[in-house]
Amino acid sequence: MSFLELDRVGKQFGPQTVVDDFSLAVGKGEFISFLGPSGCGKTTTLQMIAGFLDPSRGAIRLEGRDLTAVPPAQRGLGIVFQSYALFPHMTAAENVAFGLEMRRVPRAERGERVRAALAMVGLAGYEDRFPRRMSGGQQQRVALARALVIRPNVLLLDEPLSNLDAKLREDMQIELRQIQRNLGTTTVLVTHDQNEAMSLSDRIVVMSQGRIEQIGTPQETYERPASAFVSQFLGKTNDFTATIDRAAAPARLVAGSWSAPAPVGLAAPVTVSIRPERIGFGDVGLAAKIVTRIFQGNHWLFQCESECGSFIVIRQNDGQRQPAEGEAVRLAWRAEDMSLRGAGGAA
Amino acid sequence: MSAGIDTAQANVTATADARDVRAAWALTAPALMLFIGVLVIPLAMTVMLSFHDWGQYKGIEPVFILKNWREIATDPYYAEMFWRTFRIALLTTLITALFGAPEAYILNRMSPRWKSLFLLVILGPLLISVVARTLGWALLFGGNNGLVNKLLMSLGLIGSPLRFMFTETGMVVALAHVMMPFMVLSVWAALQRVDPQIENAALSLGAGPLTIIRRIIMPQIMPGVLSGAIIVFSLSASAFATPAIIGGRRLKVAATLAYDEFLNTLNWPLGAAVAILLLVALVLIVVGSNGLIERRYAEMFR
Repeated sequence: MSFLELDRVGKQFGPQTVVDDFSLAVGKGEFISFLGPSGCGKTTTLQMIAGFLDPSRGAIRLEGRDLTAVPPAQRGLGIVFQSYALFPHMTAAENVAFGLEMRRVPRAERGERVRAALAMVGLAGYEDRFPRRMSGGQQQRVALARALVIRPNVLLLDEPLSNLDAKLREDMQIELRQIQRNLGTTTVLVTHDQNEAMSLSDRIVVMSQGRIEQIGTPQETYERPASAFVSQFLGKTNDFTATIDRAAAPARLVAGSWSAPAPVGLAAPVTVSIRPERIGFGDVGLAAKIVTRIFQGNHWLFQCESECGSFIVIRQNDGQRQPAEGEAVRLAWRAEDMSLRGAGGAA
Repeated sequence: MSAGIDTAQANVTATADARDVRAAWALTAPALMLFIGVLVIPLAMTVMLSFHDWGQYKGIEPVFILKNWREIATDPYYAEMFWRTFRIALLTTLITALFGAPEAYILNRMSPRWKSLFLLVILGPLLISVVARTLGWALLFGGNNGLVNKLLMSLGLIGSPLRFMFTETGMVVALAHVMMPFMVLSVWAALQRVDPQIENAALSLGAGPLTIIRRIIMPQIMPGVLSGAIIVFSLSASAFATPAIIGGRRLKVAATLAYDEFLNTLNWPLGAAVAILLLVALVLIVVGSNGLIERRYAEMFR
């Protein structure tokens, strides 16, 4: 049985549908990310789980129990906010202790658990600091400790890392994942950062305009995107349209002078998408010309122009000679690296 | 050699600094002259005036005596009058804090459209003439037939009608009304700095609405309440128009007494002494409480 379940949840603000028909089953201990651009309804969904907003339709269940009627203070969820929302008039220890105080945990046990929680996030010795005298990363850790110390059923993270600089964000991602694995707390993360979603989650829910585009593991969503939106949003991709030539036997996919064997049961026209890192320069394949070449340390980024439109190609900086700008090349890829979407949807 | 260059550089820097300082003085001079001309000199003259002598027939004599100060210190009339002034200011401050802080909190949670309308309502007292405003209150109390008195008596809260004119109650009510905007705006400014998610954070940790107000919101808006209190207290203690209309010459406060000494008794030195004493007392109270507040909330302002 699923631990946290959202059943056809919808949210309406006046005439505007912000979240529509959102169904998801989260297993115990799972790390789920809601990923999408701003305004896609991911934060609204999180707020409905937290109880700050009431769903207009549908039900939210935790261990089979309907949460809709439970006030947010009694849901027992831990939340880390984008702004951290620490209590500025309390020290780090007092901030962390607040949830335990509300639960009437005895003073001695409270002190013990606060110390343990702060030590867990690497802030031992910072008990008496006020939030305003801590760095963004430290405040973030206090917020995490405050959410985890109450041993929540579910941990909700609302863009928790977006206010940190790039290096710190990477460190925190690793740390967050370790802490979550150790505690086994079911976690829902809201983010617009695809790298964050991919590196942290067991499964990703890709959202757009209030609807679920795809639910899947990071690899699934990256390598077999269910829609054009998912393939564009998760990493870079090259899309072009191909037709199916049924005169040939077996049928072939055709786009200009390029062609490939067509899988059966696909309606034309077909959108072909290939990830830039799966394209190689070879002797056969789609004819193209290098327009720009950008060096990025561990890899090269090529912008190519072909008869099927422009392509981005990423090559590892493996010491091999790379084509120069203006050079004519042929773009080649393996058939299994293509993902094909017919007019009827995914394939 | 290099030492010589260093010295030369130091000299250049020093000249530049000196030029900067001169420029700063030159630029601030006009404002400084105005400040000295219209504030410092008259104030110094008032202080000097308070040490002059005065007689019914001889008028003001420019001598240095402590007669006025001794009179204020020994005559219980002045002590009573100063106590009344500060009692009224303190009560006014308490009432504005009691009503103004929740008012600001509610205002802050309103939708933008209602917020601007009610902000105007709150600023209302400042837009109405002091005479009309005070007369309005007088009519509301107005002996047995006034609306407020009728209501309070029918609720059984009071046995006999509250008197408004020539009473401290009247002054406190009228002052609290006009001072309310200062308190509301001051608390409102403090509320703007409160993280909008902080109530949700407390809620998610299991706090009820009352606990959130008491443990989370109140401590954060306290600096706003206290700075509002300083404004309201100093404005109320030195208020002239409202006490003059309600108290008249029967119930005097420091400001109306000084006015009377200047314009009716014509005892300018005594009026000057009262005015200076009020000023000094207010400055001490404001600076003292401000220091206390800054020390208490140092962690939050840093």
